[in-house]
Amino acid sequence: MHPRHVLPLLLLLSLGGCSKAGGDGSNGETVTLLNVSYDPTRELYEDFNAAFAKHWEASQGRKLTVQQSHGGSGKQARAVIDGLEADVVTLALAYDVDMLHDKANLLPTDWQTRLPNNSAPYTSTIVFVVRKGNPKNIRDWDDLTRDGVSVITPNPKTSGGARWNYLAAWGYALRKPGGTEDSARAFVSRLFKNVPVLDSGARGSTTTFAERGLGDVLIAWENEALLLTHEVGKERFDIVAPSVSILAEPPVALVDRNADKRGTRAVAEAYLRYLYSDEGQEIAARHHYRPRSQTVAAKHAQDFPAVTLFTIDEAFGGWRKAQKAHFDDGGEFDRFSVAQAR
Amino acid sequence: MSTSARRRILPGFGLSLGMTWAWLGLLVIVPLSGLVFQSLNLSWERFWETVASPRAFAAYRLSFGASLAAALINAVFGLLVAWVLVRYRFPGRAWVDALVDLPFALPTAVAGLTLTTLYASHGVYGRYLEALGLKVAFTPLGVAIALTFIGLPFVVRTVQPVLEDLDPEVEEAATTLGATPWQTFSRVVFPHVLPALLSGFTLAFARALGEYGSIVFISGNMPMRTEIVPLLIVTRLEQYDYAGATALALVMLVTSFTLLLTVNLLQRWSQRRLESRPG
Repeated sequence: MHPRHVLPLLLLLSLGGCSKAGGDGSNGETVTLLNVSYDPTRELYEDFNAAFAKHWEASQGRKLTVQQSHGGSGKQARAVIDGLEADVVTLALAYDVDMLHDKANLLPTDWQTRLPNNSAPYTSTIVFVVRKGNPKNIRDWDDLTRDGVSVITPNPKTSGGARWNYLAAWGYALRKPGGTEDSARAFVSRLFKNVPVLDSGARGSTTTFAERGLGDVLIAWENEALLLTHEVGKERFDIVAPSVSILAEPPVALVDRNADKRGTRAVAEAYLRYLYSDEGQEIAARHHYRPRSQTVAAKHAQDFPAVTLFTIDEAFGGWRKAQKAHFDDGGEFDRFSVAQAR
Repeated sequence: MSTSARRRILPGFGLSLGMTWAWLGLLVIVPLSGLVFQSLNLSWERFWETVASPRAFAAYRLSFGASLAAALINAVFGLLVAWVLVRYRFPGRAWVDALVDLPFALPTAVAGLTLTTLYASHGVYGRYLEALGLKVAFTPLGVAIALTFIGLPFVVRTVQPVLEDLDPEVEEAATTLGATPWQTFSRVVFPHVLPALLSGFTLAFARALGEYGSIVFISGNMPMRTEIVPLLIVTRLEQYDYAGATALALVMLVTSFTLLLTVNLLQRWSQRRLESRPG
């Protein structure tokens, strides 16, 4: 290259190198918080943010704005790893929060013990949505492996929510009398034989089932299922609760490094704690998440039928182990889905 | 074009070339070398395991195959559309012209959702196609159709200006000299538009290779059957396997670059052949 050509190149490169974004967001009267969340919590946090801002202003006399960002859980976690300055994260699975520690050391490794209930202030479970009147007579997990039953569930490789669906089925098979890892593998692999399409996200599957009329049963989070039947079509769909399912615990966490940098630790901690208050629990229940508080749960008992629930720690020894054994490359899901396709 | 480098009419060649390098460097070379560096985190065995698995090969086959099919279809029908738009005046022509660009403007996810709804077994097209025993949504055929939709504007928009430059008198001359309509097309019109057609084909092909947003809806993402390479890359990212994701991306990048370079050389060759022809 001629020297004359090099100069502008260097100039541009150095320009790119020295510009750096600044600002800590806590100047003046108004404090801002950024809550990076996953897809189906949009409406929940719209309500909760307004409620908390009011509570904060009343008790501290400072104005607060909470910004929220939504997307697939894994994608959101990667954005935070790559530098999105979230003060708190509220994601679909603990594995995604673990990675904030592993990949970028944004919070301590024991983050999940810092708040009550595994840092999951609200829970959900995995249920079935069937066509009105339940024409295929689907009652429990076993019916999903029958010939001629078409099952819709998203791809557990791309969707965090779908991993709960998959683990619920696996855990059910394990807990059946005489259930072993082998029988569970056979059960889940037979179930996935009945899956004609693997949408990349949970809302995609809901569209496939509800709008395109594909499939006899949709495996879904209870809050999504309730949203679908309450707001889209009570006369088109029924919810069937299986006998046994998984306790889905979407965790919340303070992102220490970002909160300390922005000077928002106190308000961010208060924000997360408020999720456990009666008002926070009530808002969660209104948005079809199961509240942890017994009193609030009792008020919404008709929405949440009794299901025997097992946790991921009980059945799989936690998310890290489950992720590695089932969903990482060459894991259980890859092995049987590739074998099936051949 | 080819002569302007030697006879510089405008001053500032050095500056503009420097700017070009800087611009491409910032925009293309630096990010892409980041990709190469990321994949260097992998051992050779792990790299090979990632990019040469049967599942990856199934995805390469679908991605390259469907993109090629879509680009070929677009080359044929894009030429036809461009021809009609340039050579004929008909009511609604401005509308047709605007319609061509629509696939550009539409968010790809919207395109994907719409096409899937159309071609799914209850959809407007799907219902009849299924009766004929043809499944489109959630099959490789559906992927090819979505990619054809996405790539439509490229061929039309590259060929159109060239056709506009081609004086109808040239065709008339050919006819008066005794050429049949087929001879006029194959010996006069086609060689003239071939370089532009190749550009359009390349653009449509390259665009199709990278497409993700619309395809994840219509493909159904079934392992070994309807997984495109970009989906495999996303699944790697979902496991926080950044190095594995970049390894696959690197394979796509190198293959695409080789293909694009080949087509570009081919295009220059056909351009030169056109210019060296007498008359």
